[in-house]
Amino acid sequence: MDSEWEPKIVGFLCNWCCYAGADMAGTSRMQYPPNIRVIRVMCSSRLNAEMIIKAFQAGADAVFIGGCHPGDCHYVDGNYRTKKRVDVLKRLIGYVGIEPERLRLEWISAAEGEEFAKTMRELCDEIKNLGPSPLKQIAEEMV
Amino acid sequence: MKDIGVFICHCGVNISNTVDVKKVIEEISKIQNVAICKDYQYMCSDPGQEMIKRSIKEHDLDAVVVAACSPRMHEPTFRATVSDVGMNPYCFEMSNIREQCSWVHTDKEKATEKAIDLVKGAVARAQLLEPLQSEGFPVVPSALVIGGGIAGIQTALDIANSGYKVYLVEKEPSIGGHMAQFDKTFPTLDCAACILTPKMVDVARHPKIELLTHSEVESIEGSVGNFIVNVKKKPRYVDMDKCTGCGNCAVNCRLVGKISSEFDMGLAKRSAIYVPFPQAVPLKYTIDPDACLFLKHGRCGKSPKCVDVCTTDAINFNDEPKTIEFNVGAIVVATGYREFTAERKPEFGYDLYPNVMTGLELERIFAPSGPTGGKPIINGKVPKKIVFISCVGSRDKKVGHPYCSRVCCMYIAKQAHLLKEKIPDSDITVMYTDMRSFGKGYEEFYERVQKEGVKYRRGNASEVYGNDGKTYVRAEDTLLGIPYELEADLIVLGTGLEPDPNAGDVGKMLHLSLSSDGFFLEAHPKLRPVDTVIDGVFLAGTAQGPKDIPDTVAQASGAASHVVNLLSKKEVLSEPTIAVVNEDMCVGCKTCMLLCPYDAHEFDEDKGVMKINTALCKGCGSCSAACPSGSIKMNHFTKDQIVAQILEVL
Repeated sequence: MDSEWEPKIVGFLCNWCCYAGADMAGTSRMQYPPNIRVIRVMCSSRLNAEMIIKAFQAGADAVFIGGCHPGDCHYVDGNYRTKKRVDVLKRLIGYVGIEPERLRLEWISAAEGEEFAKTMRELCDEIKNLGPSPLKQIAEEMV
Repeated sequence: MKDIGVFICHCGVNISNTVDVKKVIEEISKIQNVAICKDYQYMCSDPGQEMIKRSIKEHDLDAVVVAACSPRMHEPTFRATVSDVGMNPYCFEMSNIREQCSWVHTDKEKATEKAIDLVKGAVARAQLLEPLQSEGFPVVPSALVIGGGIAGIQTALDIANSGYKVYLVEKEPSIGGHMAQFDKTFPTLDCAACILTPKMVDVARHPKIELLTHSEVESIEGSVGNFIVNVKKKPRYVDMDKCTGCGNCAVNCRLVGKISSEFDMGLAKRSAIYVPFPQAVPLKYTIDPDACLFLKHGRCGKSPKCVDVCTTDAINFNDEPKTIEFNVGAIVVATGYREFTAERKPEFGYDLYPNVMTGLELERIFAPSGPTGGKPIINGKVPKKIVFISCVGSRDKKVGHPYCSRVCCMYIAKQAHLLKEKIPDSDITVMYTDMRSFGKGYEEFYERVQKEGVKYRRGNASEVYGNDGKTYVRAEDTLLGIPYELEADLIVLGTGLEPDPNAGDVGKMLHLSLSSDGFFLEAHPKLRPVDTVIDGVFLAGTAQGPKDIPDTVAQASGAASHVVNLLSKKEVLSEPTIAVVNEDMCVGCKTCMLLCPYDAHEFDEDKGVMKINTALCKGCGSCSAACPSGSIKMNHFTKDQIVAQILEVL
C-alpha cells in the first residue's frame, strides 16, 4: 500500500460533549493526525443512516461519531438513539462490504481532551491499516 | 446563489503559525459564491468586526463565514456583529480552524489543507442557511439556589438584596454547610461561626428568601427564563410552625447521647430528635427516621418522651414528604464538596488507630460547641507529639485526584497554630509536599506559624504504624534525602476536597458537564468561571472546584450578579433552532412522538399530522433524523445543510 496515503475521516461531534472535548484537546495543544474533518451537530442523534452513507459515498474512509457519555446526554437520551442507529448501520455497511470498523461511535465528554486526541490517533492508525474505503475504490474503477 | 463573505482570522499567530492563511484565501476565493474573502490579525477585535460589517454593506452579502476559533467561544460575538448591520444572525457560520486545526497539528501543509476543507464545508453550509426568528418570552423574576453552604447563602442574599425572590434549597435540616463546622478561619483566625451565623440569620429573616431546608430538588424542567422546579420537602416529623427550638425533646429523648452526630463527624452523640448544631437555621428540631424508636418500631416506651415534653404539640409522627412546584428564571448550583474519605488511604491507618483523624474532625475538636467543648483532648489525653500529613487525597493519582485541594496547606497551618496555642509545649511537625500559601495574608501566616515553633519537613509520609501501644509515622525528608520516623500522639490527615456525589443528581437534571476532576465544568476556565454552558444556570463555590472561603464568597457574588443581570431583563429570546413539521408531508406515523425526550410532539387529530410545541422543543434533531417521510425539518441543521457540508469537507 502507498505509505503516503492519508485517510479522510468525517467526524460528527455533538456540540455539548465531544465537540467541547475536541476544543479542550485544542486548548491543551494535544496533537493528533489532521485527517478528521469535523461537522458540528447539536446532538449525535441528529444523524441518520442517510448522512453517514452520504459521507462514505463522498469518499470518506471512516466516519466518526462523538457523543456524550451514557446518562450525560444534553438531550436526556439522544446518545442511546445514536447507539441503536449506529449498531444497525454497522451491520448494514458490513453487509455491503464496508468494514464496520470504519464507522466508529465514542462517548467523549467536554473534559476529555486527551481522550479525544487519543481516539483520533488510534482511529487514524486503524484506518491506515484497513486502507482506502472499498466504496471509494469502486467509485474510482467506475470512473 | 447567495453572496457569501469569508473572513479568516490569524488569531495573532495562533492560527497563522500553522495554517497558511494566504493559501486558504486563495483557495476559498475560487469558490463561485464567495463574494469576498479577507483575513485579519484578530477578527474578534473591534476593527475586525468593523471590517465584517463594512463588507456586508459594500458587497450586499447574504451570509458570512468566519474561520477562527471555536464557535463555542465566539459564535455569539459574530452573530451580534452581523445583526448590527441587519443580517439575520442565523446566516452566520463559523469554521473552527484554531482549537480543531492549528492548535492540534504541526504539519503546516496538512493543517492548511484541513483548514481549506473546513472552510469549504462552512461555505457550503452558509449557502443553505436560512434566516430564523427568535421569539421573546418573559423571564420569571425569581431564582433557585441549590445548596445552603456559604456559597449558597452569599448568592441567595445578594440576589434577594437586589429585590428578586430566591428559593434556597438545602438537603440538611440546617443551612451553614461545611463552614459551620469550622472553628476558626485562616489566615485571620476569625471565628467561623461569628462571621457565618449572622448571614444565616439574614437568610432566614429575608422577606425575599424562601428557605427550604431538609429538602431536595426532585426535578427541573424548562429553560432559561422559566425553569419549572419540583422540590421534595422531606418529613421532619416536627411542625415547623409550632416548634420553638427549646430543645426539651432532645434532652428527654430515650436515645439521648446514643446517635452518632453527622455534624460532629461522628465524634459526638445526639438524640433521635435533634438540631445539627446549636446555631442551626432554622432552629427547628428534626426526627431522624433511621434512629427514632417510634418511627422504626411503632412504639417508644409507653409514649414517646418528645411528645410528652413538647409544650407546643409540635411532634407529628404522621408527617409525610411534600413536593412543591415553583418557577424560576435562573438557577445557581452551590452544592459544595465532600471531604476525602480517609479510608481510601489505608497506609495511614485511619481505620486502625483512634489517634489518626482528619482535618475536619480536628475542626470539631477545636469548636467550643464540639465534642470536647473546644479542649484539645484526643482519646482522653492532651496530645504532645503531633504530626500533620498533607495532601491526603490531593495531588494523588492513585486515588484519582491529581488536583490540589487548595485549602489543606493553610488549614494545616491554622490547626498547627491553634494546637500550639492550646498546648504550648507540644511538638508539632508538618509533613508537606509543597507549601501553597497563595492567598492574601497566607504566606505571612505560614511564616508566623513557623516562628511559633511548628516544624515543617518537606516530603510526604509513607505509612502510619503502631507498635507497643504507640503510633509512628514513617516519612522521607526530601530536602535532606533521608528517611525518618516520628512517634506521634495525634496524627492529623490533611484530607482534601472531592466532588460531592449527591451533586451528581442535580448535575444530571441540569445536564451539566463535569471537569476531569469530577467537579462541575464552567463555561470558560478564564472568562466565564461562574457560567455553565446551560443558559440561566450558574455555579458558585466548591461545586465548581476546590476553593477557600474568600474565593467561594467572591464567586457566589459573581454568580448572583449574573442572575440579577438575567432577571432584570424583561424577556429572553428563544432559540429558533428547533424542529418543524411540514404538514403536507407528514403521514402521522408518530415515530417522532416516541423519540422526543421532552414530549414536544403532539398529534393533531383533525389534520392527522404531528405538531411540535415550540416552547418544549430543545432542538436535538433526533425526530428529524428518524422521520420516515422526511417531513421534520431541523432548523439550522437541516439534512441539506449537513449533506452539503459533508460533500465539501471531503
